[in-house]
Amino acid sequence: MSWLTDFFGDPANWSGPDGIPARLLEHLEFSALALVLAMLVAVPLGLLIGHTGKGGLLVVVTANLARALPTLGLLVLFVLLLGTASILPVIIPLVLLAVPPILVNTFEGIRGVDPELRDAAYGMGLTGGQVLGRVLVPVALPLILLGLRLSAIQVVATTTVAAYTGLGGLGRFVIDGFATKDYAGVVGGSVLIVLFALVVQIVFMLVQRATVSPGVSQRLITPKKGRL
Amino acid sequence: MITFDAVTKRYPDGTVAVDALSLEAPTGEITVFVGPSGCGKTTSLRMINRMIDATEGRILLDGVPVQGIDPPTLRRGIGYVIQQAGLFPHRKIVDNIATVPYLLGWDRKKARSRAMELLERVGLDPAMGERYPFQLSGGQQQRVGVARALAADPPVLLMDEPFSAVDPIVRTSLQDELIRLQAELNKTIVFVTHDIDEAIKLGDRVAVLRVGGRLAQLADPKTLLSEPADDFVREFLGRDRGIRRLRFVSTEGMRLRTDLTVTEGSDDPADEPWRLVVTADDRPLGWVSRDRPGTLEPYGTFRPGHDSMRSALDAALLSPSGCAVAVDGEGRVVGVATREALDEALTEAADG
Repeated sequence: MSWLTDFFGDPANWSGPDGIPARLLEHLEFSALALVLAMLVAVPLGLLIGHTGKGGLLVVVTANLARALPTLGLLVLFVLLLGTASILPVIIPLVLLAVPPILVNTFEGIRGVDPELRDAAYGMGLTGGQVLGRVLVPVALPLILLGLRLSAIQVVATTTVAAYTGLGGLGRFVIDGFATKDYAGVVGGSVLIVLFALVVQIVFMLVQRATVSPGVSQRLITPKKGRL
Repeated sequence: MITFDAVTKRYPDGTVAVDALSLEAPTGEITVFVGPSGCGKTTSLRMINRMIDATEGRILLDGVPVQGIDPPTLRRGIGYVIQQAGLFPHRKIVDNIATVPYLLGWDRKKARSRAMELLERVGLDPAMGERYPFQLSGGQQQRVGVARALAADPPVLLMDEPFSAVDPIVRTSLQDELIRLQAELNKTIVFVTHDIDEAIKLGDRVAVLRVGGRLAQLADPKTLLSEPADDFVREFLGRDRGIRRLRFVSTEGMRLRTDLTVTEGSDDPADEPWRLVVTADDRPLGWVSRDRPGTLEPYGTFRPGHDSMRSALDAALLSPSGCAVAVDGEGRVVGVATREALDEALTEAADG
């Protein structure tokens, strides 16, 4: 416990380029940037493939290949290739890691929508784009968000390892702590990483509640006019 | 009017789903496509709103070939009801019903008020408008499906086995509701079912299709039952088509006896084997047999001129007296159809 008070009680740890706020911001920056880039690639692709039904095999193959990629190895490889002048060597492996869960879940979510529903939507006179945007996406949203959440967790965890390459993030406390036998830093850094991951989970839960229709999640709805 | 002009649907593997189908579905009537599975009835229906495109031939909507109309535009002008209702789970009932009005760019308020009006029209509580589909029973969802199809008031309604996924009691009430609605709305309806009884109950005209998508017979239900075109139709209609034909025999002008009723509490001197006891305001109470005075036996009623021979016969069979009680619209006894009267009417039906 004294390690924790040592770490969090030290005013030097709360300021400067290697203080907690700066490291937290770096961690957030790497994770968010990687997730957003992955989303921009994987969501439209997943929607397209799920909606048209073409290229499903591509998704499966890509996902399996990507799962086999050793992220740490990639990190080291990109650092060696690109140096540490930019954050690219960190971001590229993180994006590669984040794409498969989003892609697979978006694709499965759209493809898994009841064919009767799709049929009804076309039969009402919705165009292809309207069927996707107004029916398939809202109905598949829980799965799409699940994919994003899984990726976010992996990215947040892996960003920790990024510190190994000399770049920033909360992982620095742990890596540097081990190197200098500063166990307060190791423990404090770990606690911060766990808290960070928890906050990410909570954010996703809130997003899910706010965006998924109660008709899809089948949540109990508070009746408006006193009866249900 | 919907016209099929030598319409064929052939799939790339050579399977023929519909084979040179020519028929007309007249304006304001219910035309039922019925047949065993694989007869192409659903394919034929779905070619009307271009959910499937015909390989050969033309389908005309009031003389205009549907193949020339862009599918979304075409479909917005045609109501479409499917088996599992296919309601959008993420939308409230009122918004589900207003789907097509929204697509057509109606003002939101107008679309919602139209939806609420339709909710009542199909026999649902307007409070349901604010619920989501998962909170409704299958039968209620199917009513919403019908309301949704009617929302933009299309002249044509396509119904693809809409009532086959609900239990028999709900199905009967949905069928009755459709008949009632159609009496008000006079839509041109094409209705697909595999249930010949449903076809006969709902159809103004029934098209019986055989496997391979060929038309076996197109006729009104009464003609279909009395003059099946061939063995296939005869077999498809089933064994008891004679009994079922009685649904189309009127009880108008059936001979009724009025001397068999006695008012409750009064003493009746007439020496008849069965007498019908009624209340002071002519409501039936039950039959009394000469052999067992004091015991009220069950009775069955029908409305002459309104109910069919089948109902009258059913009413007679429900009672040990073998007679059917004729009542008016308010349920007051107007007379009794005895076995002799029923027999006469049946003889007439068999001859005609």
